[in-house]
Amino acid sequence: MATPVEHLVERSVNTPRLAHRGRFLTTTWLLAVGADEYRIRIDDGVVTSVDRGTYAPDTFEFSLRAPAADWALFWSADPPAGSHDLFALLKRGALEVEGNLQPFMANLQYIKDLLATLRETSP
Amino acid sequence: MSPTYEPVTGRYLHLDVLGASHRIYVEEAGQGTPLLCLHTAGADTRQWRGVLNDPEVLDRFRVIAFDMPWHGKSSPPAGWHDTDYRLSSRDYLDVVLAVSSALDLDRPIVTGCSIGGRIVLHLALEHPDAVGAVIGLQAGAHVEPYYDTQWLHRPDVHGGEVCAAVVSGLIGPDAPAEARWETLWHYMQSGPGVFKGDLWFYGVDGDLRPRLHEIDTARCPVFLLTGEYDYSCTPADSHAVAAAVAGAQVEIMPGLGHFPMSEDYERFRAHFLTTLDRAAAARR
Repeated sequence: MATPVEHLVERSVNTPRLAHRGRFLTTTWLLAVGADEYRIRIDDGVVTSVDRGTYAPDTFEFSLRAPAADWALFWSADPPAGSHDLFALLKRGALEVEGNLQPFMANLQYIKDLLATLRETSP
Repeated sequence: MSPTYEPVTGRYLHLDVLGASHRIYVEEAGQGTPLLCLHTAGADTRQWRGVLNDPEVLDRFRVIAFDMPWHGKSSPPAGWHDTDYRLSSRDYLDVVLAVSSALDLDRPIVTGCSIGGRIVLHLALEHPDAVGAVIGLQAGAHVEPYYDTQWLHRPDVHGGEVCAAVVSGLIGPDAPAEARWETLWHYMQSGPGVFKGDLWFYGVDGDLRPRLHEIDTARCPVFLLTGEYDYSCTPADSHAVAAAVAGAQVEIMPGLGHFPMSEDYERFRAHFLTTLDRAAAARR
């Protein structure tokens, strides 16, 4: 089982250097795991809230959507090639990134690293 | 205490190519059959530091690597500030051939990675008698763009950081941290818009699919090595090249990604040395 998305709050603080990497990012964005939507608030690189619900597009800056099975591969302890990175998911058409992409691209390594903290082997 | 130097020497080559005077940075080590090494998009010769320091290679090969114009320590040509850098197939071929000719290399084995892996296929196709053999690392005939490369060069996104972040997942997951971050550092140091300009060749201009079958491996032997975790040039892409080029040999390298010679040289070297032996034996 992958770590629940809500754990991003503590992972963003407890993962060394992560909050520093994202220190200029303050945003609200949407993570969709299949039909399950999570609205995630980040303040200065720290995830301050994760709320599950249904959200209108004007309530978040950008969204990352992939089928639950693909997130499960991404969050597995030893992700297979093609599922080991957000851009690997993007390349094979599993991940859709929409909305205002500027904060996403300007903080790309941070977002990659943040989501990778939910991997099964993460502390 | 005497200083500790690598066997690598670096020099600047003055070259008139692409209609301008260029100052090209060239590194070299070893003696024997010439082995010309081409770096990936948005990077430089430092990617070849493992090969350039490998005694088993240097015993038998004269290894030469150079920074493409605009890359590494090769400056862009005068007037660069009024142009948009964009690498074409023709320009890329002209530079590689001009460097090889200027250094008087006799039928070098040419190896290149990513865009370098693509251009060696162009060399095999269009200039088979100018090279002895080619080794394409992460070589495919084409890649469909899967993100907007405009993000790589715009004032509201840090170019170095985003270029490195885009390619970071292309490195095999078990690569040593030091080599991983050195590889990404090269991307962080690339000039503004250079990676984007290289990708014009990689994603748009350099599509070789219609002409792969014309490559004659009897005139220029073709070897392909591709890392398992590369989602830019996938193992399937290299297998497709091998299927279209009669006589081409392909090997997939488990655990490695898009920058095998830089991200994890120890893991790469067994595959490379074996292939280098085969290329040297098959050299025309």
